[in-house]
Amino acid sequence: MAARKKTLWQEFTKGIVKENPVLRLVLGTCATLAVSTAASNAIGMGLATTFVLVCSNAVISLLRKVIPDKVRIPSYITIIAGFVTIVQMFIQAYSPDLDKALGIYLPLIVVNCIILGRAEMFANKNPLLPSILDGLGMGVGFTATLLLMGIIRELLGSGTVFGLSVTASFMDPILIFILPPGGFFVFGLLVALANRLSGEGKAPEEIGCKGCPLAGGCSRLQAKEGSDK
Amino acid sequence: MTGETIKGLVSIFLAAILTENYILSKFLGICPFLGVSKKLNTAASMSLAVTLVMVISTAVTWPIYYGVLVPNNLAYLQTIVFILIIAALVQLIEITLKRYMKPLYNALGIYLPLITTNCAVLGVTMLVIDKHTASPESFHFLQAIINAFGSGIGFLVAMVLFAGVRERLETCDIPKSLRGLPITLIAASLVSVSFLGFQGLVEGLLG
Repeated sequence: MAARKKTLWQEFTKGIVKENPVLRLVLGTCATLAVSTAASNAIGMGLATTFVLVCSNAVISLLRKVIPDKVRIPSYITIIAGFVTIVQMFIQAYSPDLDKALGIYLPLIVVNCIILGRAEMFANKNPLLPSILDGLGMGVGFTATLLLMGIIRELLGSGTVFGLSVTASFMDPILIFILPPGGFFVFGLLVALANRLSGEGKAPEEIGCKGCPLAGGCSRLQAKEGSDK
Repeated sequence: MTGETIKGLVSIFLAAILTENYILSKFLGICPFLGVSKKLNTAASMSLAVTLVMVISTAVTWPIYYGVLVPNNLAYLQTIVFILIIAALVQLIEITLKRYMKPLYNALGIYLPLITTNCAVLGVTMLVIDKHTASPESFHFLQAIINAFGSGIGFLVAMVLFAGVRERLETCDIPKSLRGLPITLIAASLVSVSFLGFQGLVEGLLG
């Protein structure tokens, strides 16, 4: 029993550090770069994604023996899109400001590869409880990374954190950090830092492909690239 | 069609390529941007496939949104309906190309399955609705298509430029922890800075 508990705990924690979806698996980059201009947006996006991730992991795990293998990707997408619509309506109703800030990126949670990736790599092979914990861990890892990037970019780019003025009294904000180039730059440095801290200094060789549900298509692509050389 | 409307279309087209570039200023389609931009020819074919799918899906989703969803008060189903239409459409395009346009299929076919869950494609179909939402007259449909086409070309421009940058990076001596993805992202940041320079250009040209 103790061993079982430990593995469940590991399912939860692996998403936060060791297999951090953004910095280690390099999934969900679009959302990460786009909404991390302010810490509060980052939290909103992180929580919305976590909710969808946990729910879709749970449903897909329960249905894993029912869904035929051939139509599994369309089925997953439909399930995920359903939950995204729920989140979207909920946020529109209770927090219109957040809805405005996240804009197009809220419905685009559907194509966030973290969610489809976890469905394909984990939820369709594992029972309910580990799948929920996996989703929760990945969601927390995603939210934490987004929040970190949000704080860095907001602090440097507008001199505030969660809208509270911090450095404004002694330093002009460096606008470029909340513009698109700043997003790429901070993200690049964070990935480098994560590589460094993981000890090996080894970069994720193939970007995002490890966790991508369409890895089948990608490996064909890489084979083609290889034969071109 | 008057000169005024043509000018409007040209400005939508240029804005979609330069100032509202999907990759470099809207962060959509980052996965293929980082994953498939290692070589010039793969980058170019991938973006052509994306352009094709963007234009065709916009041409299908736009009428469905205004013809079916809005009159029936189902606009909230937009996300789920659009992603399913795109998934089905990509399959259809793949089958059609394979059957009738073999050379095109050989060039682009391999990229098509990757495009289904590409956020740039879903993004363009939804943003076009947001933008030209006022009233669904026929002219707005044309604007939507031009916007989708311009976005695809913008994707192509960013991919091709960046593939050039990456081919150079291959031969550079890079500090160990920056190797691979980090240096790619920092290079992307610099390319993105250069696109900031187009800010206001379109208004200046046609204003």
